[in-house]
Amino acid sequence: MLELFAATLITLGTVFFIAGTVGLLRFPDIYCRLHALTKADGLGLALVAFGVAILAATPGAAFRIALIWFFIAVSSATCGHLIARHARLAEGGRHD
Amino acid sequence: MTDPLVIFDLLLALAIVALAIAALSVRDLYAMIVLFVIFGLLSALAWVRLSAPDVALAEAAIGTGVTGALLLKTLHHLRFASGQRSACMTPAIPVPTGVMLANAAFCGLITLGLAVAFLGAPAAGPGFDALVAGAMPASGVDHPVTGVLLNFRAYDTLMEVVVLLAAVVAVWQIERGLSDAPSPEMGEVWQGFARLALPAIVVVGTYLLWVGAEAPGGAFQGGAVLAAVGLLLLLTRAYVPQPHHRGIARGAFVLGTGVFALVALLVAGGGRVAFEYPLDHAKTLILLIEGMVTISIAVTLAALFHGREPVALRKEVRHDT
Repeated sequence: MLELFAATLITLGTVFFIAGTVGLLRFPDIYCRLHALTKADGLGLALVAFGVAILAATPGAAFRIALIWFFIAVSSATCGHLIARHARLAEGGRHD
Repeated sequence: MTDPLVIFDLLLALAIVALAIAALSVRDLYAMIVLFVIFGLLSALAWVRLSAPDVALAEAAIGTGVTGALLLKTLHHLRFASGQRSACMTPAIPVPTGVMLANAAFCGLITLGLAVAFLGAPAAGPGFDALVAGAMPASGVDHPVTGVLLNFRAYDTLMEVVVLLAAVVAVWQIERGLSDAPSPEMGEVWQGFARLALPAIVVVGTYLLWVGAEAPGGAFQGGAVLAAVGLLLLLTRAYVPQPHHRGIARGAFVLGTGVFALVALLVAGGGRVAFEYPLDHAKTLILLIEGMVTISIAVTLAALFHGREPVALRKEVRHDT
């Protein structure tokens, strides 16, 4: 039962990853693409990490997965911000 | 049960080869670096699939993380030197045919050598697993890879540390004429991220070093992660290298090699040869060496990222946004 729940979460997570990738390929400009990637992948990663944490053998492993999720979420959000910021500055707008 | 994994492995292998070809053939330097980083990440995944988590950690931390940062920094210098900031940089002068041919010849020789070594190796033999497992009680640590690296073939590992030392010596000797391109202003979100990430990286790097005694991890992986602390400090300008810090930096560069060689020589004598640690103190000595080597690796990689010896230059404060 628990395994089925975890498998459902992981599958749902991959669906979000695929949606994010489709967004990356289909959206017209860099801001829309970043929007698709950061949002969809963030949720997809959370779902996959949650599913894997349920399957983890020990509480320590589950805790490590939670830490990994936290740091990837923070760093990918920061990366998205940096790319968007760079793109906006490169366009010439210096209204920071 | 193995079937989906075989398909996954095949896809992974195809993706790695395709990324390597793409990284070599794409003309835009930035795209090239991004492709190289993805290539490194997938290679790390391949090492995991080959049940070599130690190599995977090293590949991810050094081969992908630090090397990617070094390449991006180099591109930053190139763009700054040529005055092009945001335009896509492509090499202006084509590589001479002679250089390409020589490179191709050397790569071909290496590939040939690897092929000969692969074909010459005993097929499906037992390898050294049994030998290593039998000798593990004498190594002082519980993790076979650390036992091999720091004890059974410690001399090779010492030479690997020396290679890194030689690299930073060469960089400090040669790289004097490089443009002093200021690091870009990254904004407040980045500063906040750095404040959050810095303590976490210190903990992770030290953990990787400590856990190396009984699980995948060790000096090279921990050192590369700790080097990220230096990168963050340099990028956030929380630390600006000063000329009078050179002495400390030089000390940190040679610390690992020095302690490693000193321990190797001191345990020699009394019927033992170099690197033959006395069993009672083997774990202590290995941890001492690993700790010092970690510090050296971290400082050396951060210094390589900074790229040049901090010399007293004309100080022009220019904020490049």
